[in-house]
Amino acid sequence: MTMTRRATGRHLPGAGTPEASAVEHARAGMLQEARPRGRTRIGADVVCEALLRQGVDVFFGYPGGVILPLYDVLGDYPELRHVLVRHEQGAAHAADGYARATGKVGVCLGTSGPGATNLVTGIGTAMLDSVPMVAITGNVAAALLGKDAFQEIDITGITLPMTKHNYLVRDANDLPHVFAEAFHIARTGRPGPVHIDITKDALQQETQARHPDEEAVLAAIPGFRPTIEGHPRQLRVAAKLIDEASRPVILAGHGILLAQAWDQLREFAEKTQIPVTHTLLGVGAIDETHPLSYGYMGMHGWKHVNRAIQSSDLLIALGMRFDDRVTGKVSTYATGAKIVHVDIDPAEVGKNVSVDVPIVGDVGRVLAALTPRVAEKRPEDRATYFAELAEWRRESESRSWHGSGAWRGGLLSADYVIEQIGAATDHDATLVADVGQNQMWMARYAGYRRPNSHISSGGLGTMGFGLPAAMGAAVGRPDKETWAICGDGGFQMTLQELATLVQDHIPVKIAVLDNNKLGMIRQWQELIYAGNYHSSHLLGPDFLKLADAYGIPAFRATTPDDVPQAIAAARAVDGPALVHFRIADEQNVFPMMPAGKGLSDLIEEWGGADE
Amino acid sequence: MTDPMTRRPFSPARAADPASPAPPRAVPAPAAEGQPAVRSIPGSGTARRHVLVAVVNNRPGVLNRVANLFRARNFNIESLAVGHTERPDVSRMTITLRGDDVAVEQVAKQLYKLIDVLKVQDVTAEPRIEHELALIKVRATNSTRSEVLKIVELYKGRVVDVAADSVIVEATGTEDEIDALVALVGGFGIREMVRTGTTVMVRGPQVVEYEGVAK
Repeated sequence: MTMTRRATGRHLPGAGTPEASAVEHARAGMLQEARPRGRTRIGADVVCEALLRQGVDVFFGYPGGVILPLYDVLGDYPELRHVLVRHEQGAAHAADGYARATGKVGVCLGTSGPGATNLVTGIGTAMLDSVPMVAITGNVAAALLGKDAFQEIDITGITLPMTKHNYLVRDANDLPHVFAEAFHIARTGRPGPVHIDITKDALQQETQARHPDEEAVLAAIPGFRPTIEGHPRQLRVAAKLIDEASRPVILAGHGILLAQAWDQLREFAEKTQIPVTHTLLGVGAIDETHPLSYGYMGMHGWKHVNRAIQSSDLLIALGMRFDDRVTGKVSTYATGAKIVHVDIDPAEVGKNVSVDVPIVGDVGRVLAALTPRVAEKRPEDRATYFAELAEWRRESESRSWHGSGAWRGGLLSADYVIEQIGAATDHDATLVADVGQNQMWMARYAGYRRPNSHISSGGLGTMGFGLPAAMGAAVGRPDKETWAICGDGGFQMTLQELATLVQDHIPVKIAVLDNNKLGMIRQWQELIYAGNYHSSHLLGPDFLKLADAYGIPAFRATTPDDVPQAIAAARAVDGPALVHFRIADEQNVFPMMPAGKGLSDLIEEWGGADE
Repeated sequence: MTDPMTRRPFSPARAADPASPAPPRAVPAPAAEGQPAVRSIPGSGTARRHVLVAVVNNRPGVLNRVANLFRARNFNIESLAVGHTERPDVSRMTITLRGDDVAVEQVAKQLYKLIDVLKVQDVTAEPRIEHELALIKVRATNSTRSEVLKIVELYKGRVVDVAADSVIVEATGTEDEIDALVALVGGFGIREMVRTGTTVMVRGPQVVEYEGVAK
């Protein structure tokens, strides 16, 4: 193709050419009316068929111009439940929450242009946390692509770096294959989001294309063959290190939940008697009441956990990626420890820290193969090690904790609120965090016994995630109570979804931890920016009146004594409910590892107060 | 008011026989002896030039995916050459870059994650043919033309176009050979130059193998 400018300077195809008539036809199509019923099969039908074939029962979306052909046929597929959100970001987070709560692929839908760009934050969130998702967008008719048509944006160019794979479909005959591939890629290996952009004319085009079988799908993507089984030689080397280690620690990550490997983890830990620590997204990988569960690691993790890691001689990393929030300064991270790293993504092995024994494979399969190879240990074999760990734990847990519910001056402390929600729901509800202090409190104090009962935006740290993700989680697991635990900042980013909860009867209970602040920002400003509190004070609405405007029952707790009743009142509501917890303005999350420092440099208190 | 669960001390010994002997005291943390005091950071080793071969599906957008990955992952490409292979549905890229061995391995692994990438191989350690093609438009008047032609001949280049005050020289060879030619004809004045970037093939019967190809 020559790229030189033509002498005429004309960018449009000449009148009367086939290209020109295609553009005219597509422009006319933008205003095309609904198709008559009793119609033939079109691209939009293929989309619905494909979703049903993939086991999708619900998806979250928002209509718009070019995606209307799909909405035009949706009524013919009553098995597909469509939840109309109030903003496309909510659709993406809801699909994400649905996927995390159920382990199935979440699906969200938006139109071209702004509808598509509004999905982007949610797609990025799913990418960073390896959540299986298929995002569908419409685009302008193929002949208008590149013409800056109304609501046209190069959305596949935008999602390219934040998806596992993406597609632009211009021909309805490609749709069956693309959808089958997309779902396969989204859920296979390390899960992640896949984006499918479909031109409007492809949705409207008649097609008889058949859906491919699994074999045909695999044959079409020879470049995608994740390694599932661990290499036997590496397993042998790992088993030897595990048998010889005197202070081993397991680091359990999101991979345990994604691979549904919690049973294999428990069996491995019990046989080897190795304490299990977990990352933020690894919460729920092991029942926290299990004797070998040792707790949450990293920047806001427990001091005893970080201490155990720093003094370890062998770290067994299972489905985690040594994020900077986990390691702090890498050069000072567990310098006495050898590392066995199990991950299904080879690119994660050796990316952030150098490891001694890399094992690429599905963490469940690797553990199932590894457990028979390691020597059985009894608790008394590790008596001194365990005694020391128990001592560290007692010391660390007695700090940063307000069992009476009161922080300075009797103000309501957030850790107590979280702990009360965990206890009231018998540690069986799905708790969905927003981002910031509330997220750290939720990970530390609620107490988790069930896999996938803790949902949090870890990698991207997306404020506004909590409410819409809880919406998806509640839709996916109607058998479990679902709580969105938000700060007043994050809640105000996506609170328009309150209307979705009401319209679609989604019984999410919302806990707003209101400190009138962007709490984590304020905490950093206090500790790291010399108390320069710029833009961290936040005016919020009257949350009870707000909920009332949506017809949602709401309750308020301002003192420790109010907390149990407010939680109980919200739980008694048949449908969504909101509890406004007016917590202390300036409570910090401790301990805290300052950015750029190591795991041994935790700040545990500030100004001598009872943080 | 405390939840026994979150407040429960870590006590694996609960499962143990109560009659078991009291634990001996003082476990030395094994940090000091025989272990590095500092954990090395991947990618902090000595940088050297690497040559990667990537076999990819010949589809729209694949070059964009590869180029974007390098940008997003903060890797610098020195050169990238791409073209068809013996199969019309497969393209082959030769990528040269500088980095330590671990960093380049990370590049290769990230490339492999692209669905359209069928194979990535680092051929830096292999005996290989590395060639690129250059077109150089050199200023050449009546008085200098014969001299230019002589140098070009010496470097096994070829003059492919002659005009009144310039010639176009076509040269193939390694980067170093072409650099040398460019340096020599540079004295006459280079009006325009284009280079394809290095392409590579491993010597002998060995080939870059890859699994099936998308239909």
